[in-house]
Amino acid sequence: MSETVKVPTMAEYMAEGKQPEVLFWVGCAGSFDDRAKKITKAFVKLLHNANVDFAVLGTEESCTGDPAKRAGNEFLFQMQAVTNIEVMNAYEIKKVVTACPHCFNTIKNEYPSLGGEYEVMHHTQFLKSLLDEGRLTVEGGKFKGKRITFHDPCYLGRANNVYEAPRDLLKKLEVELIEMKRCKRNGLCCGAGGAQMFKEPEPGNKDVNIERTEDALETKPDIIAAGCPFCNTMMTDGVKNKEKEDSIEVLDVAELIANAQDL
Amino acid sequence: MQYIPNILFVIALVAGIGYFTKNIRKVIRNIRLGKDVDRSDNKGARWKNMAMIALGQSKMVRRPIAGILHIVVYLGFIIINLEVLEIIIDGIFGTHRVFAPLGSFYDFLIGSFEILALLVLVSVVLFWIRRNVINIRRFKTLKGWPKNDGNIILYFEVVLMTLFLTMNAADLQLQAIGAEHYIKAGAYPVSQYISPLFGGVSEGSLIILERTAWWLHILGILVFLNYLYFSKHLHILLAFPNTFFADLKPKGEFDNLEAVTKEVMLMMDPNADPFAAPAEDEEAGEPEKFGASDVMDLNWAQLLNSYTCTECGRCTSECPANQTGKKLSPRKIMMDTRDRLQEVGANIDKNGSFVDDGKQLLNDYITAEELWACTSCNACVEACPVSISPLSIIMDMRRYLVMEQSAAPSDLNNMMSNIENNGAPWPFNQMDRLNWSNE
Ligand code: SF4
Ligand code: SF4
Repeated sequence: MSETVKVPTMAEYMAEGKQPEVLFWVGCAGSFDDRAKKITKAFVKLLHNANVDFAVLGTEESCTGDPAKRAGNEFLFQMQAVTNIEVMNAYEIKKVVTACPHCFNTIKNEYPSLGGEYEVMHHTQFLKSLLDEGRLTVEGGKFKGKRITFHDPCYLGRANNVYEAPRDLLKKLEVELIEMKRCKRNGLCCGAGGAQMFKEPEPGNKDVNIERTEDALETKPDIIAAGCPFCNTMMTDGVKNKEKEDSIEVLDVAELIANAQDL
Repeated sequence: MQYIPNILFVIALVAGIGYFTKNIRKVIRNIRLGKDVDRSDNKGARWKNMAMIALGQSKMVRRPIAGILHIVVYLGFIIINLEVLEIIIDGIFGTHRVFAPLGSFYDFLIGSFEILALLVLVSVVLFWIRRNVINIRRFKTLKGWPKNDGNIILYFEVVLMTLFLTMNAADLQLQAIGAEHYIKAGAYPVSQYISPLFGGVSEGSLIILERTAWWLHILGILVFLNYLYFSKHLHILLAFPNTFFADLKPKGEFDNLEAVTKEVMLMMDPNADPFAAPAEDEEAGEPEKFGASDVMDLNWAQLLNSYTCTECGRCTSECPANQTGKKLSPRKIMMDTRDRLQEVGANIDKNGSFVDDGKQLLNDYITAEELWACTSCNACVEACPVSISPLSIIMDMRRYLVMEQSAAPSDLNNMMSNIENNGAPWPFNQMDRLNWSNE
């Protein structure tokens, strides 16, 4: 995936004395994880395609502190939060979009009482709004008619009651959207949340991502759609564990839309 | 002599209600051991939650079979209590069916009580079968007192409903033979089928039967009232305040510890003198403890949660950690919290104030292994029919482990030192954060 995409930074905007429409918060996974970087690029392509005036913080961005907070380290979380808030406030950020539900939840819900008040959107919500405003077109393209099931990220779904935006986008792809038996508010976790991503699971008889992948496989999907880089990793591992990686793809909603149009 | 029943009745009533009040005051005192938390905002939404979730049982019916059976028993419980009002007045003043002058409305009332009583009986039998015969994991995993508690309540209901119907059947028969004092009143859609059984019985025996059933019924209710304190059945009362005071924030929002904010702001403030003496007000008290290792470190809403828990296990059955064989069970988190709080309460009763007993909630009840298995997915919170958050207790205990004991699993320590040093949970340099754009 060696192709350069044009990504303006806040510092560049500032130098030109301009303010972008929205800050794209890339997040740690989106910046460093090889799989998640593809999601980041797909989303950037969609932003360009819709002529969205956006910028990133680039090297001025730092972890939101979510994994530290969920691990119980409130100090580290607040240090991260306060640092990030200082940067964002200095740039007078009003609106933030991110492709990570953990960043989304943290900035939206936990930053305000520390002095960081922004309008925060998950990328599926943002893409949905672009669609509604007619700035983005979503077509089935090569996914038309495919069987797709959507895995609800806990921090988007139950945590913030966003269930419809990703589904609305998927429906626009003219795919066959099949729900798992546990979905929306009853959706099962992929196993990554609460800092589990960064540690070995406690002794048990199964890994959570296997349990969830089995839910997904029951729907006999061609594609498992995700809206979170961590869920994506967990489900991808689950599909590999079931030796189904040749027939089932795990893709982010943004990738599906971008790939459908061969962007 | 003729006032003896009235006097005995008043004594039973006062003793029953008195003991109950005493225990409820203990519950309130124990809940107040918790730290303060503000749950006074947005009253409108709070009343609405209480009306929908506690009164309207909206979350119970998410599992339709248990939900509908539960509504029947709950309605039966509330409505049949109107009958208790009549019993109390009759008991104190020696009247009989004092509401009878309500005429056809009275017939309607008694008729509906009877039908509800029958429905309650049926539901209770089905509940018993669910608990004891059908293989439902969340009930099968209950052992000892919690298991017995669940069944005892069902037996109570059976006995009370049977006494109620027996009392009515005997009364109906007495009405039929025109016994003095037993005025013709009420409609008896259910007990009319029982009363023929008493066809040949003498008036004297019928009166004894009717009085016995009447007395046992009201005494049974008083015993039941006092049983609540020792039982998960406390939820029939506490579900109301608990749903009212439940957290209204989005489920993903965890509170930001204020004590930490103060220190962080101080550390980040370039003008602060790191060697300055602590401010006056901070000098007095002990340094604030971060997180929770015992029930007193939790807030009162969390303690109220623990008393409200019905031990239904809906939380545990939805928990991804529990489903995959980890030790964590959110129901157990709530039951442990209540058990420990009761232990602390008993300690205070005995000693006047709490005397260190060498125990705490952490380790003696809840182990670190359980706490670390949580994915913070909120499935337990979503599932709970009475708006309890086991997750908030888990998080507070993790905070204690990490901030007071530095006892996080080593992988997490690595993750945290990465965040501290390079602003990402992995060992990547912050300066490389934008490299993806030209890879
Ligand atoms: S939040 Fe934790 S305890 Fe609750 S269901 Fe999820 S993993 Fe289980
Ligand atoms: S916390 Fe709620 S769901 Fe869990 S056992 Fe108690 S009442 Fe049931």
